[in-house]
Amino acid sequence: MRNIPVVVAVAVGGVVGALARYGLSTLWPSVWTVWAINVTGCFLIGVLTVLITRRRPESRLIRPFWTTGVLGGYTTFSTASVDVVRATPATALALLGATIVSALLAVWLGTALAERVVAR
Amino acid sequence: MTVLFVALGAAAGAALRYLTGRWVTSAKFPWPTLTVNVAGSLLLGFLIGLPVAPWLAALLGTGFCGALTTYSTFSLETLQLARGGQRLRAGAYVIISLVAGLAAAYLGILIAGGHR
Repeated sequence: MRNIPVVVAVAVGGVVGALARYGLSTLWPSVWTVWAINVTGCFLIGVLTVLITRRRPESRLIRPFWTTGVLGGYTTFSTASVDVVRATPATALALLGATIVSALLAVWLGTALAERVVAR
Repeated sequence: MTVLFVALGAAAGAALRYLTGRWVTSAKFPWPTLTVNVAGSLLLGFLIGLPVAPWLAALLGTGFCGALTTYSTFSLETLQLARGGQRLRAGAYVIISLVAGLAAAYLGILIAGGHR
């Protein structure tokens, strides 16, 4: 039962992230908007995980709220999968390849940049 | 109103993803994230294949499936596996996630009787 505050933090963060995704997708309805959301979310989880682990390791709620909650709610694996399945073969391959490559590059870049900052 | 449905679904989806991480023990492989990502892709495929009313799509699709699944944690876990000297496992995690996610989305659409 001591997990209840964490569950609440994750749920509230998830709402914030999902509403940001919903807003962006409504403004620019495109599979590439979902791509941009996922790539920026991957960059931010890299940055925030390093910053929070190094600067605020004692906090029980900050990391679940921001990473599991906000960024988990902001990025989406299900829409990425469905978008690829529904696309034409050429677009499907480009979308699948672009998403996974740029997502992994983004999380690596975010982590590397944040590690440089905290090392100062 | 749509915003409220997205928010409600997202609260449930994010909480369920967190709880899955607590229930599914995974010392060596990120099974919890793989589980929610594949399950969410199946459900979203199903919803899109039917298709459902706009409010239900907002609640279960954009809100619940969107928040249940995550690309950011998936990428972070892949990076952590690779950096921890588990490159083979990182590669397997990526390939299994992508293939299973696509298969689940496709299967969901098929079950719903919809067209691509």
